[in-house]
Amino acid sequence: MTDIFGSGDLTSGLPRRDFFKAGGMLVVGFAVAPSAFAQNPGQRTGAYDGPAQPDADRLDTWIAIHADNTATIIHGHHELGQGISTSLLMIAAEELDLDMSQVRRMPLETGKSPNQGLTAASAGIARGGVRVRLAAADARQALLGLASTHLGAPVERLTVSRGVVSVAGDPAKKVTYGELLGDKHFNVPFTGRAPIKDYRKHTIVGTRVPRRDVPDKASGKYVYLQHVKVPGMLHGRVVRPRGQGSFLHGAKVMSVDASSIANIPGVRIVRRGDFLGVVAPNEWDAVKAAEQLKVTWDMPAILPASQEALHDRMRAARTADRLVLDRGDCTAAFAKAVHVASGRYDAPYQLHGPFAPNCAIADVKRDSALVYSSRQTIYGTRQVVCGVTGLPLDKVVVRFFETSPSYGRGCQEDCAMAAAVMSQEVDAPVRLQLMRWDEHGWDHYQQAHTADVKVACDASGKIVAYEYHGWQHNFTAGDTTEILVGAKKPGEGEGIRAQGPTLFNTGDQYTIPNWRIVNHRVPGMSGYFKAAPLRSPMDIALPFAGEQTLDRVAYMANMDPYQFRRQNISGERWLGVLDAVAKASHWTPRRAASVKQTGRVRTGRGIALGTHLSSYGAAVAEIEVDTETGVIVAKKMYGSIDPGQVINPGIVERQIESQMCVACSRLLKEEVTFSTSNVTSLDWSTYPPLRFGEAPEVTAVVVDRPNVPSSGAGEEALAAGAAALANAFFDATSVRMYTFPLTPKRVLAALHSAPKNTTA
Amino acid sequence: MAIRLTVNQRIEEVEAAPDTPLLYVLMNELSLQGPRFGCGLAQCGACSVLVDGVETRSCVTPLSRVEGKSITTLEGLPAWYAQQRKLAAAPALHPIQQAVIDEQALQCGYCYNGQMIKAAELLSKNSTPTDAEIRTAMNGHICRCGTYPRLMKAIKRAALAMAGGAR
Repeated sequence: MTDIFGSGDLTSGLPRRDFFKAGGMLVVGFAVAPSAFAQNPGQRTGAYDGPAQPDADRLDTWIAIHADNTATIIHGHHELGQGISTSLLMIAAEELDLDMSQVRRMPLETGKSPNQGLTAASAGIARGGVRVRLAAADARQALLGLASTHLGAPVERLTVSRGVVSVAGDPAKKVTYGELLGDKHFNVPFTGRAPIKDYRKHTIVGTRVPRRDVPDKASGKYVYLQHVKVPGMLHGRVVRPRGQGSFLHGAKVMSVDASSIANIPGVRIVRRGDFLGVVAPNEWDAVKAAEQLKVTWDMPAILPASQEALHDRMRAARTADRLVLDRGDCTAAFAKAVHVASGRYDAPYQLHGPFAPNCAIADVKRDSALVYSSRQTIYGTRQVVCGVTGLPLDKVVVRFFETSPSYGRGCQEDCAMAAAVMSQEVDAPVRLQLMRWDEHGWDHYQQAHTADVKVACDASGKIVAYEYHGWQHNFTAGDTTEILVGAKKPGEGEGIRAQGPTLFNTGDQYTIPNWRIVNHRVPGMSGYFKAAPLRSPMDIALPFAGEQTLDRVAYMANMDPYQFRRQNISGERWLGVLDAVAKASHWTPRRAASVKQTGRVRTGRGIALGTHLSSYGAAVAEIEVDTETGVIVAKKMYGSIDPGQVINPGIVERQIESQMCVACSRLLKEEVTFSTSNVTSLDWSTYPPLRFGEAPEVTAVVVDRPNVPSSGAGEEALAAGAAALANAFFDATSVRMYTFPLTPKRVLAALHSAPKNTTA
Repeated sequence: MAIRLTVNQRIEEVEAAPDTPLLYVLMNELSLQGPRFGCGLAQCGACSVLVDGVETRSCVTPLSRVEGKSITTLEGLPAWYAQQRKLAAAPALHPIQQAVIDEQALQCGYCYNGQMIKAAELLSKNSTPTDAEIRTAMNGHICRCGTYPRLMKAIKRAALAMAGGAR
């Protein structure tokens, strides 16, 4: 191994859970408590700096009070269907003593909205909520100051209800927020020092407030990005090979035959470097032209020949290895352990696959541009649009409109850049709609992963050693359009961007005296695909390997998998979610695969813990396996998350339900396929997702800890759900699966070849 | 060339090539927001409309095939329901739309155009669908947010509301 303790320290793999190192021990802490921001409350969280941003240290950037006694909350978090636009208003209304009918939010736009960076990592509440809460508390304090003067009573004697300030004991003396400030500026700094409300006095936070966006979405009135129209806009389509090739060798244009679309009126070909597209006044003409245009591409056949060859290639690569953790003495502990299980586990590339392929509108003029995009960062999008257009940051405005989410970095930014390039080339506004095969074929995928895992326990079922070796390449830097036009050199993300195995996502749930984690970073520039975080990045692959190996040791120790986890658990929050799913599923203790089954359809149950580096997740899966067809059906899923303080339990429950369905989709079905030259999974038939008929019943259990800072609820149960499904398969069949997705073909192969009750 | 269409009980005349998929005309010429682009391959259901009461993928349906037929989009679902049930006036929302709100079923909601169109078609033919019948009917409509369990509840809630004659 090279580079042990080299290229990064222990911190480099831990982007999402705040922590500090103290006395030789890693201490996990939720440092996002409000006080943490008191010194610099407006501090930007994004990596995207630049001019033309509202001053985050001024209170007026965050809150406006109107004459009609309502408030507009101005924040930088993007609604992606997760409900953040409702939850943040709940926090603001709570702190301001307004009711929900008195608060609204402002649409997101660069120059007007504060820069809160990416809406990602399930951190909208954990990070964004803190700032909204502090700003609302500051605003309330400022308003009480004005009211005190107005009413001639000390602040201590003032009470507020629905924005009406009155004097205690003298209810006739009152004034509204609107009368005090009505559409005028606060003109005060954002201090973050105003007292915030005690959680025991919350009347809005912690309740099931209906989401603001749901009625318009149900009626058809909601304006998605796909509905936005700009006068004079042309319709664009990109022209690319069907399915990307290897990163760095993606798509080189050898020749373009313009005569092949001569029969379609009004179409123009747009070319800049290897970037190719068509625009037309009529959308159907653009679709037809993109399909019909004859182009020869240079696509080197350098991809692996199969999924297995991909994982073998990763293992054979000259990796940069890093000892993430080496606690105790694993070698000695394994040597004398009573039960040891080990194995290799393989995970595929998976795609973001938003339900709607991305769309963007760009109107690029000589010295300015207006862009409509669905990327989860308006300021980040502004930056990349400037990169391809050459315009300065303060001359580009980006407006956010919702579409169906990618749950990570899909093609949103690529689409915005491509629209901008087309608009600049044809000197007119261009609406670019990616086609299904563009989105499937040119996504940044969740990286493939392969692992060697070894876990041991003593005769009493106490874990004595845990070793995890994980191989994956980093996220890639550079998106398709900016690479094709030559505006950016493709590269690999460094350090934290890999999100490989760490102590938090690989064993944190348990007390492990001898613990070794090694990260083998595969050089991903050539012979692999471009990659970016997908919901619960890598956190399906890791517990698929780790939680299955743990289950195997429990089996060897002749123990119930829930009881085994319970006796090795590392803390009360893990225990809380584990007990929650066990209770919800009426778990009765028994050893896995101990029910004798003879029929064609076997049933099984599995349990697992999962994380996403911030909150705590657990799941139980109940499945049926058809041993003749190899089809697995998840009948019931039970998911639990402890996200600290819950703002809206209804929203969190739906997030858990969503994660249970997505766990089934990704563990049982989803897999990017490829030939040696390009990606071949280009639609919903070649990349089948979970469908209605296959969806499980779901029970969601929210573990609320109102006195603990919120830490996100969009991803943790997903990791646990996937591992629980894998464990349920063993319970049903006595056979372990070492590669996902668990497609019928793989299931049948495993059932026909594997020795029963495989334990090592 | 000009083609006459009946959309949401109104006669519309549009200028478009007869091979143009209905979806692009509904979106661009008639500015409707219900039917929307999802795959262009009839695989996902984003673009669904009712054609003479039958759920149809507008992304692969050429204009020439729907001339003279009655097209209903999400916007026209309450009026279509009123017509089906012989109600004096159209309700503000079809029962499935109200049930989706009551269950807070959707998340991004982009697929819900097709989900609600398909559910409305199902409920018009089968007022008391079983879980298995719902699963079979809805299987052609993908949801990437994973809201299937809530949507199941919403469809059953709508069936109950319709049985009660509430809306």
